[in-house]
Amino acid sequence: MINLVEICDLKVEATTDSGRRVEIIKGVSLSIAEGEIVALIGESGSGKTTIALTLMGHARPGCRISGGSVSVAGKDLVALTEKQRAKVRGTEVAYVPQSAAAAFNPATTIMDQVIEVTRIHGLMSPDEARTRAVELFRALSLPEPETIGSRYPHQVSGGQLQRLAAAMALIGDPKLVIFDEPTTALDVTTQIEVLRAFKAVMKKGGIAGVYVSHDLAVVAQIADRIVVLKGGETQETGTTEEILNAAKHPYTRELLAAFEPKPRGTVSPEAARGSLLKIEDLVAGYGRRQADGLPLVRAVEHVSLKVEKGRNLGIIGESGCGKSTLARAIAGILPAAVGKIVFDGKELGRSARDRSRDQLREMQIVFQYADTALNPAKSIEDILDRPLVFYHGMDRKARSVRIDELLDMVRLPRNLRHRRPAELSGGQKQRVNFARALAAEPKLILCDEITSALDTVVAAAVIDLLKELQRELGLSYIFISHDLSVVEAICDEIVVMYGGRKVEEIMPAKLKAPQHPYSQLLFSSVPKLDPAWLDGLAQDPELVRAYCRR
Amino acid sequence: MTMTTSSTSTSPSRKSGTRSGYRFNIVGMIGLAIILFWALIAIFAPVIIPYPVGEIVDVDYFGPLSREFWFGSDYLGRDMFSRILMGARYTVGISLAAVTIACFSGVVLGMIAAVAGGWLDTLLSRFLDALNSIPGKLFGLVVVAAVGSSIPVLILTLSVIYIPGSYRFARALAVNINAMDFITVARIRGENTFYLIRSEILPNIAGPVLADLGLRFVFIVLLLSGLSFLGLGVQPPYADWGALVRENIGGLPFGAPAVMFPSLAIASLTISVNLLIDNLPQKIRDRSE
Repeated sequence: MINLVEICDLKVEATTDSGRRVEIIKGVSLSIAEGEIVALIGESGSGKTTIALTLMGHARPGCRISGGSVSVAGKDLVALTEKQRAKVRGTEVAYVPQSAAAAFNPATTIMDQVIEVTRIHGLMSPDEARTRAVELFRALSLPEPETIGSRYPHQVSGGQLQRLAAAMALIGDPKLVIFDEPTTALDVTTQIEVLRAFKAVMKKGGIAGVYVSHDLAVVAQIADRIVVLKGGETQETGTTEEILNAAKHPYTRELLAAFEPKPRGTVSPEAARGSLLKIEDLVAGYGRRQADGLPLVRAVEHVSLKVEKGRNLGIIGESGCGKSTLARAIAGILPAAVGKIVFDGKELGRSARDRSRDQLREMQIVFQYADTALNPAKSIEDILDRPLVFYHGMDRKARSVRIDELLDMVRLPRNLRHRRPAELSGGQKQRVNFARALAAEPKLILCDEITSALDTVVAAAVIDLLKELQRELGLSYIFISHDLSVVEAICDEIVVMYGGRKVEEIMPAKLKAPQHPYSQLLFSSVPKLDPAWLDGLAQDPELVRAYCRR
Repeated sequence: MTMTTSSTSTSPSRKSGTRSGYRFNIVGMIGLAIILFWALIAIFAPVIIPYPVGEIVDVDYFGPLSREFWFGSDYLGRDMFSRILMGARYTVGISLAAVTIACFSGVVLGMIAAVAGGWLDTLLSRFLDALNSIPGKLFGLVVVAAVGSSIPVLILTLSVIYIPGSYRFARALAVNINAMDFITVARIRGENTFYLIRSEILPNIAGPVLADLGLRFVFIVLLLSGLSFLGLGVQPPYADWGALVRENIGGLPFGAPAVMFPSLAIASLTISVNLLIDNLPQKIRDRSE
């Protein structure tokens, strides 16, 4: 049988700033049979999205397909004219983007956008298309399939929007659907529902798929075969079983190892030397102050917690649960409305303005998005230089030495200091952020989702780095994340938050299982490296309905 | 402008000035050369003019190009070449001074408003909006008529007219930058407003602000010419380029060089300022270098 997709020795090149040409895909070959789902997995910059886009004959601006062939259903997309390619897109090959929220037009209803493909290609009458769309909505287990189409994109949740994007892709009856990290931006509990819907629809229709992701556990649930990519080259290809159980290539093993949670183990008792941070009954939020002195929207309600010296606290919860607001309130970025923050024995001002320079120095925060936290106009050297001048008043020579030390500490090469943030990778940027926090010589570092924007392998390396630094410098961390395995790997204590409240406090070292139903739901929703996990997963539907805004 | 950059970047042979690690394309260089040319003319005009500015030297008015009068003569028979050279002093000098004051104050106030926020932002914004609501020419007319026309008055009036626009522009850019995490990091480090605007915000808005400066320079040249056209700019017998166009406008039906050349001078200056601003030297940054 002839395969549906044949990619043969594909090469894509890009032109850099100074006119140099760089090959970003270096001769990749792969094939996809009818009805087969193939996952492309690898870190950012490995070329997985670039390859997926060539399946539609598309190369991003600045890039071009420089060699090889991409044939889908007998047509070589590289050789086709732009007009012929436009005909293929939407009817034979369809695309589900990473961010459905950005892919929908906020000004028109969902139904109009879903059936747009049929209008452009003249596939069926609008009424037929609408009936077909409703069928798809039902197949994707969307709530109220009859009427959801008349809503606008902002009136549905993120997980629903992602499924609607899939409906948009499927309405043209494509032979191949490209999923570009469709669940990366979703919460774990939502991700399950979306994955289930995708899997069911694809299997039922016998549609072939390309699933681009960096998350091996997600891919394991949906893909028949996995292609591991790195630096624009295929590292390993195999069925899901083979890759998961008998990975041959060292890079694949690294990916697998990064996924295995490494529990932190017990901390030596002498590490605990009294409390470092104590928060009592904190309330913080946004909007105008009400008559009772509380803000209109309260994102954090009456949360109390404690961090001991040299120990780590993890805060987990889904998006919108108030965990980031809590971090901002602790750091004084968003002054708390009510509550006491006691740091190192002294009560802190609620706003950063009311705190002394030393108090500010001792508590540093590292943000989720490494690139917006670094000034793009400054070199790494200048970025690390400032806290040294500001807090420690070092002279030029001492600063230069210290910057080298800091770069060593976060395992970055010293010659990186002359670069700008835009010239670094995501993991490197996050390390620079961390080095800047360390430059202040803090006692506590607030880590707000610092690994969420990073690839699995890179995130694991950052976590290892944090542990090592803690051993050397005796720091404490507050680690905020939605990713349970990350938190488990580094924290002595875990606080679960839901709807602005603290739901439960768990000590992983003592192996205390979560008691609260929400914690149980959250913990059970984390994908496992087992292809049968999703199908075998049984969650109490009552519980799901109560806690998930799907 | 983008066309030129992309064409130079794809063909390395045509790239100029890459040795220093900077890319400065040929269009930008031409712009810079013309600006430098006019700047030198402005400085050395009194030394090189062949005839005094106010003296009637030709027997005919709107005279053609000739060996004695390179650019012809004006409506009174004065030498246009001398008048244009001297006019450069006023046009280049006044506009440059005014645009510098306008953009400097506008950008500084804009950044302060964006960083400080709150009542200071509201106060500044509303005040400058109010100023903006007065039509520029009318404002210039009233001020110059009331105070009398002198070069400092012209410079100040022109800059006051263009401060609100510059402020709005800089504030809009700075508000976006101000929302970034690195500003939050600097704030909770305890940095003051001055450091925030100088080191964190300014380097990130410098590009668009310079482009705005180029545009604003052109507007100021045109407004100055307009004021001179109304007789409120530089006073006779001296004249800036705008005034030269105005006083010789009667020669337009005859195609007199007296009206063409000052117009060409205005065009060459304003266009080259924009060419330069759009093609400033860029440092080449490439990962592997």
